[in-house]
Amino acid sequence: MTAAAPEPKANMGQPVPRYDAASKVTGRATYASDMPLDNPAHAFLVTSAIAKGRVDSFDLDDARAVRGVIDIVTHENAPKLKESKLFSNGGYAGTTIQPLKSADIAHDGQIIAVVIAESYEAAREAANRVKVSYTAVAPSASFGSPGTTTAAAKGQNAQFKEDPQVGDFARAFDEAEVKLTASYDTPPQHHNPMELFTTSCAWMGDNLVIYEGSQYVYGLKNGVAEQLGIDADKVRVVNPYVGGGFGSRGSMTPRTAIIAGIAKRLNRPIKLVPTRDQGFTITTHRAETRHEIRLGASRDGKLVALRHEGAEVSSRPDAYCVGGTKTTTRLYACPNVASLVSIVRADRNTPGFMRSPPEVPYLFALESAMDELAVKLNMDPVELRRINDTTVEPIGGKPYTSRSLMACFDEAAKAFGWSQRSPQPKSMSDGDWLIGYGCAATCYPTQMAPSAARVRLQRDGRTRVEIAGHEIGTGAYTVIAQTAAERLGVPLDKVAVFLGDSELPPAPVAGGSNSTASTCSAVMMVCDQIRQRLFKAVMPSDSLTDKAKETVGLSQAPSTQAAKSDRPLDIEKAFDALGAGVVEEYGEWKPEGAPLDSFKAMHSGHARIVGGHAMKDKIAYAFGAEFVEVRINRFTHEIRCPRLVGAFAAGRIMNPRTARSQLMGGLIWGMSSALLEATEIDQRNARYVNDNLADYLVPVNADVAGVEVILLSEQDDHINPAGAKGLGELANVGTNAAICNAIYHATGQRIRKLPVRLENIEA
Amino acid sequence: MRPFSYQRASDPDMAVRALSAAAAASNPLTKAAAQPLAGGTTLIDLMKLDVMRPAAIVDINSLAQGWSAIEPGSEALRLGALAKMSDVAAHAEIERNYPVIANSLKLAASAQLRNMATLAGNVMQRTRCSYFRDVSYENCNKRNPGSGCAAMDGVNRMHAVLGTSDQCVATYPGDFAQALVALDAMVEITGKAGTRSMPFAQLHKTPGNTPDIETMLQPGELISAFSVPGQWPRSVYLKARDRQSYEFALSSAAVALDVQGGTIRDARVALGGVATVPWRAREAEALLKGQKFDDGLAQRVADAAFADAKGRQHNGFKIALGKRVVMRALQQAVTMEIRS
Repeated sequence: MTAAAPEPKANMGQPVPRYDAASKVTGRATYASDMPLDNPAHAFLVTSAIAKGRVDSFDLDDARAVRGVIDIVTHENAPKLKESKLFSNGGYAGTTIQPLKSADIAHDGQIIAVVIAESYEAAREAANRVKVSYTAVAPSASFGSPGTTTAAAKGQNAQFKEDPQVGDFARAFDEAEVKLTASYDTPPQHHNPMELFTTSCAWMGDNLVIYEGSQYVYGLKNGVAEQLGIDADKVRVVNPYVGGGFGSRGSMTPRTAIIAGIAKRLNRPIKLVPTRDQGFTITTHRAETRHEIRLGASRDGKLVALRHEGAEVSSRPDAYCVGGTKTTTRLYACPNVASLVSIVRADRNTPGFMRSPPEVPYLFALESAMDELAVKLNMDPVELRRINDTTVEPIGGKPYTSRSLMACFDEAAKAFGWSQRSPQPKSMSDGDWLIGYGCAATCYPTQMAPSAARVRLQRDGRTRVEIAGHEIGTGAYTVIAQTAAERLGVPLDKVAVFLGDSELPPAPVAGGSNSTASTCSAVMMVCDQIRQRLFKAVMPSDSLTDKAKETVGLSQAPSTQAAKSDRPLDIEKAFDALGAGVVEEYGEWKPEGAPLDSFKAMHSGHARIVGGHAMKDKIAYAFGAEFVEVRINRFTHEIRCPRLVGAFAAGRIMNPRTARSQLMGGLIWGMSSALLEATEIDQRNARYVNDNLADYLVPVNADVAGVEVILLSEQDDHINPAGAKGLGELANVGTNAAICNAIYHATGQRIRKLPVRLENIEA
Repeated sequence: MRPFSYQRASDPDMAVRALSAAAAASNPLTKAAAQPLAGGTTLIDLMKLDVMRPAAIVDINSLAQGWSAIEPGSEALRLGALAKMSDVAAHAEIERNYPVIANSLKLAASAQLRNMATLAGNVMQRTRCSYFRDVSYENCNKRNPGSGCAAMDGVNRMHAVLGTSDQCVATYPGDFAQALVALDAMVEITGKAGTRSMPFAQLHKTPGNTPDIETMLQPGELISAFSVPGQWPRSVYLKARDRQSYEFALSSAAVALDVQGGTIRDARVALGGVATVPWRAREAEALLKGQKFDDGLAQRVADAAFADAKGRQHNGFKIALGKRVVMRALQQAVTMEIRS
């Protein structure tokens, strides 16, 4: 075993290499824009240079004169598309701002024209030659800008159902022995996945094929069909590999139906490859947030009052919000809790999911505040968490299905060397560098959604698994193959997995870290159906369910099983008895508590995600603890983070290698979120300024000196058949707070606004 | 990107002819119809962004044979214009006798870029001002003279505090040029009339009322070499930035000292990341000459270096930061061990 392939502990699968590793490192893996098209035309977008107002006129003469230009589509001649509702209102779209519908402009970088040409180069040149006259109106950029409106999230966003509260916060806070009130800010951020936001559309008669990196092929298929006004069965979305999602490809963006409509009109496949900077405005982003936390505690550290007020920026028409109070009000034992989430509307594009959407900003506030409280109490911050640890969430009194928070703190603290910390701020240094240690908790809801799967087994053991899941870099192919191999008892190298195609059985959105639990539970169920059929063929009289559970896999030689009371299934005999060369089963699985319309919704591209705090009589979360070392240069005030240590418990770990990889990436992203990543907005014109990877900073190798991931063994039989808690969005939560807590330890300075930059460190 | 003609020059004469032919009517250099292509790491980038729209590209990489030598000598160091940044950075004699040059190169860009980029291309690198690089902004005096400056009251954290004008606050982005300007380097320029030399410090022009004119180089002229007089083993390049690698300076200092018997005989201080051009802090360094070093002196030098600095909404921190960077660079230069 190596660092990359940790030794499996109890309730962990094998750290097998990635199913798609060779394809990816050799460049054979095909992403959406790699798909061959027959005689495609190329599209290039023209986007608005103002955030609010209208297009008065276009001067297209220069652009049309470019050799190879086929068409220039503006609001004056765009294909007519039907409106699509926001996903949170039962639709598919990430925004209801539909470009090219009128001359109106609602945000910076809105699509205002599409140039179609024989080559990408000609399309791009012509786009550069499009001249636009605008009437600009002064836009509202963000918090504090004139013209914004603010209202409670409850009542405007159908998915934000309540502001959690319990007990009497006001009185408890008033009477608390120790009090803290503090405000925190987080910036807008963009996902910047490696793969650009490309779309290719090809019609064959009335049938449309879309090649686009998507985290939800069923959602996109149904959404585009709705906008085009055609039957969803005529639309197919294909993307066997997605070059990073992080939430940016979870809901439909306007570009897809526009390109499909133009392809139909021109009767020719069209390939769109937008630029990196266009990606900042034609998809979604993480909105900036503001928080006020109030904590009241007894002198011995017990929380008696907690209030979390959050505000988030959204667009004018869409009430998107992440509402992380559902988690922050339930993380610690506290009898008196209040909360409020508000949405501030500005002239911006609609924000959307970005890796751990609620937890990243909201736990930054809470976990920073917990550290501040520990300082006030003169208490070790780990002990403050221990004192307020709980097995029951305080709002509804429901038990956590499992919770290894303190075990994670203890393991990570040990690996990090937390006991070496001298608690006094500014007390540790090394040459030019002040040293600070900090820690924070992380958690992420355990979520599941209905999923289908089709599995085919041949008598030689070859197995084919089909499911419209998504390989967004997480290891979906790998864990699905492992699940099928284990359940059927066939060698892993005999399993072929097909994902990323809406012709396959439906799977939910690859979001909310539900994919592994959902798709693997479905695959397990369908594999059991196959085993039952085989078993029934040879032992028709036996109790099928019981026997099927004991069925021995194909890979095991009968002789080694002779001693066991249950005889192995003779697979050859079973296939002979069945009179078939192939057994194929299809099945639809839904998690406990899924609504009645789950399967219908699944086919029409709506994932009925359940879990987390919303379960009936229990609450399910994965937990972790993160420790960081920061170093701050005495002279330049440069802030570096040479060590990140995280311990995590997330039920069954399907594959310690892919799990570690995701958690490691999460820790690095968490560090990035604290120190580097912010989309800068020009307050005068509500436009993004640093919309490229040179100016939107993400860590480079030199920034990441040491990352250690510790996987804890945890068994949870109350969540889903796979026993897995999603962990893709676990590790990048809380890191931002841990870093600010470490900066406090290094400097004595409490910084409550992200990202922290050298100018925020005082002399 | 717009269509352009591509021509490969096989010798300096051919390159100069090709660049002059199309250039005559199109001053200034930044808008000349023909542009030389070396490593391409800036030019191609700006062409993709539609900021630069040359009609002709003259590839001068074939000139590397004559123009890329690295020649350390006891009197002077001569560096060919087309030497790759990575080759110069890793040269043992430059590491030993000119650490400020080696480190300014090592701390610039990424390994991949340093392998492509040439010395002359690097000193000619254009500003990273976001508004300059985004043609959807009409108001950029550098791109469209007289149109105004979007950065002046926009997001200007990365912008200059020294050498600015009411027309432009764009920062000169490079690192190597600070080392050259500190060490009194000469730049050798090849044009139609042959070869001429001038102090490197005179190559770049502060924006004044003509931010579109960035250097003294005329269309049809090419930098062919740099020469650095003397040797400066006691020299330092210190760079403060947001991340540990592959990032432009928020503030940097190139410092070179000649210390004998505890007395500073000669001192050079140049600043990067804070000025519109490679910035020599002559008044500050004058304070050092003939003095014994202490922290109080370092503070006075740093204060003098930024005496005329002017911060704007987001970049005011660069003044305090720049002073601390100068002080630390001086301390490092004084205490560094000289390898003999």
